[in-house]
Amino acid sequence: MFKKLSFRGGVHPPEKKELSENKPIEKMPPPSMVIIPVIQHIGAPAEPCVEVGESVKVGQKIAEPKAFVSVPSHASISGTVKSIDKMAHPVGGKVLSIVIEGDGNDDMLPDIKQIPDYMQQSVEEMRDRIKQAGIAGMGGAAFPTHVKLSPPAGKPIDKLILNGAECEPYLTSDARLMLEHPNEIIEGMKIFMKILDCHDAYIGIENNKPEAIRIFQKLAKEAGNNFQVIGLNVKYPQGAEKQLIKAITNRDVPAGGLPMDVGCLVQNVGTAKAVYEAVSSNKPFYERVVSVTGEGIQETKNVLVRVGTTFGELIEFCGGLKDDALKIINGGPMMGIAQFAMDVPVIKGTSGIVVLSEKQSKLPAPQPCIGCARCVDSCPMSLMPNYLAALVEHKRFDDAHKNGVLDCIECGCCSYVCPSKIRHVHLFKFGKLEVNKKLKSAA
Amino acid sequence: MENKLFVSSSPHITDKESIPKIMYGVTLSLVPAFIGAIYFFGIQSLWVVLVGVLSAVATEGVIQKLMKKPITITDGSAILTGVLLAFNVPAEVPLWIPAVGSMFAIAVGKIPFGGLGYNPMNPALLGRAFLLASWPTHMTIFKTAPTGGTLSGIDAITNATPLNVYRQAKDAIANQATLPAENVQEAYNAMSQLSDSYWNLFTGKIGGCLGETSVLLLLIGAVYLIYKRYISLKIPLSYIVTVALLTWIFGGTEGLFSGDPIFHVLSGGLMLGAFYMATDMVTSPVTYKGRIYFGIGCGILTVVIRLVGGYPEGVSYSILLMNLTVPLIDRYTKPKIFGEVKQK
Repeated sequence: MFKKLSFRGGVHPPEKKELSENKPIEKMPPPSMVIIPVIQHIGAPAEPCVEVGESVKVGQKIAEPKAFVSVPSHASISGTVKSIDKMAHPVGGKVLSIVIEGDGNDDMLPDIKQIPDYMQQSVEEMRDRIKQAGIAGMGGAAFPTHVKLSPPAGKPIDKLILNGAECEPYLTSDARLMLEHPNEIIEGMKIFMKILDCHDAYIGIENNKPEAIRIFQKLAKEAGNNFQVIGLNVKYPQGAEKQLIKAITNRDVPAGGLPMDVGCLVQNVGTAKAVYEAVSSNKPFYERVVSVTGEGIQETKNVLVRVGTTFGELIEFCGGLKDDALKIINGGPMMGIAQFAMDVPVIKGTSGIVVLSEKQSKLPAPQPCIGCARCVDSCPMSLMPNYLAALVEHKRFDDAHKNGVLDCIECGCCSYVCPSKIRHVHLFKFGKLEVNKKLKSAA
Repeated sequence: MENKLFVSSSPHITDKESIPKIMYGVTLSLVPAFIGAIYFFGIQSLWVVLVGVLSAVATEGVIQKLMKKPITITDGSAILTGVLLAFNVPAEVPLWIPAVGSMFAIAVGKIPFGGLGYNPMNPALLGRAFLLASWPTHMTIFKTAPTGGTLSGIDAITNATPLNVYRQAKDAIANQATLPAENVQEAYNAMSQLSDSYWNLFTGKIGGCLGETSVLLLLIGAVYLIYKRYISLKIPLSYIVTVALLTWIFGGTEGLFSGDPIFHVLSGGLMLGAFYMATDMVTSPVTYKGRIYFGIGCGILTVVIRLVGGYPEGVSYSILLMNLTVPLIDRYTKPKIFGEVKQK
């Protein structure tokens, strides 16, 4: 039951989980205002379906998807729609966002209530509730969950994997969820299994969370033989989808392919809990657990916070910034996105806010590559980051494409280990953009 | 309270390793062999190394100053080149030898290509090759016997380094028809005594270049390098194993498989070359397979030079030649991308 499994490459950054792993999830009171972007996920934007001045309740749909790969957004506080305008987004750029001014009443939509015998619902009913609840993957990438749960005919899913690896340093929101809400996660898993008609489930947890492993092992015993707890090597990026599948099932997801191509489906543990809430009580996705941590925050916390709460207000709830705080990251320090300002909102994919001190924030200037091969050894995708970086730097995008720049998962291992401090990932993001531009114009 | 925030692309944390740390780390790993050199060959070893280092650093600093480029002498790479160059000359050379060698290494082997990271060949070895071609007498005549030993490490033979003894004896046996019988007998005696030198070869009580003689002290440094992950075992192991196999098969005087691999592995510059020169990050392959092929290539060339070439020593030339194949090796040993589907 307790296997040590892993994948090629990877790095061991300082975990820093101790900053917040023992802080129980704390509920933040509804904020005075929320900003809800119409894109919080991968896919098409939703369209606002409320007017400025309209009053809304908690859980009310305020933006409607117009495409299959898209999710609706919901009001996370009760109040009045103040504006619908382009606003700064934590993933970059400006995005059409609905601003709601709270009335302080926190009125819930009456539909949000326990559904008796929710497991008796049909698969279609369940999938529709998940879609209507606006659930997108909570691990960070925020892919619409109902899409993942609708594999095309001919691609059966025989292995469901719950991702509790949480390999990003600092972040502890999934760890706290697993400790405090294991039953909801298991219920969510059962819903996934019913929808997918899949009879084999795993939960992968890094071995640095022994308590969570113990809890789930106990629950696994109760759940029966078709559920296994996998203790994973502590190694970044253990929680990356393809690496997790490799570690647990030894299957290789083809380059450019999806997990369903090898009969696997990976869901974050937080998503499982959200799915349980949607299917069992019709609760839309309007709040999530966010780790607020790092050396630059006064008081590290794991906070249950309404989607749309600004970083500023959430950081205030955690005692504010320390004097030497200089960098605020949406997500973890390996893949997260540094913010220009604090008035951006928590979105569905915000698993953490990491605040770094001045000393940690500024990275040394890049030096020439000395061919040490550490990036090649650490790349979990078996790319040659040194070579690819040089290709992008010389704007040889066709060659970069041939050498797999699109396969890069942007995990950051190469830049992390680089003694020359070369910003590989920065270059690869640029290279991917250019390659995709070319592919698009060629098509 | 609007603070100014700092924004950059991910990842936002980085490992503590840096170029200077690696360079100074490798230099530090050479300290045991350096102390050994002072013990075996006297205080002149210290002066040779000092001159080598100062010359390398000064050359780099002056050229960069003249070219109005950023001065990189503090990154430790010039110091390391100076040390390695000095390790590759006999201890009793006139001090202008390491000075000129280091100057050549930096001014011709490193800076013209763009400095650290861009040089195709190991600068220290290039400097040594230049010295060997220009002043062979200074570079190949070893006069100083190590403290408490003989040049060859064999009590009965006092006048040449072990590989020289081996080469002379091997050639004499091969040409015995043309030589007086007593010379041939001497050669057979020398061959049979090679194994007497094992212990002296291992500890370093033999003649040779200043830093290459003590296998033990070089291995102590190598253990540190491996522990710090500054080198991987792939190159040194494949190199040494290749040398051992080939000298066992072809190195003897009584047909195939009569050679003495232990003697060959312990003697000459092999340990210094395999652990400190062939592993030079800039001039060795980055791929997993590539590093093994590179080591095997170095091993084959070393043995070819030692057994049939014009020099008793083959390590530095073989590494220099293999340096030039590195881009090719890397190109043909690219790892298979995770999940890559075979092109139809």
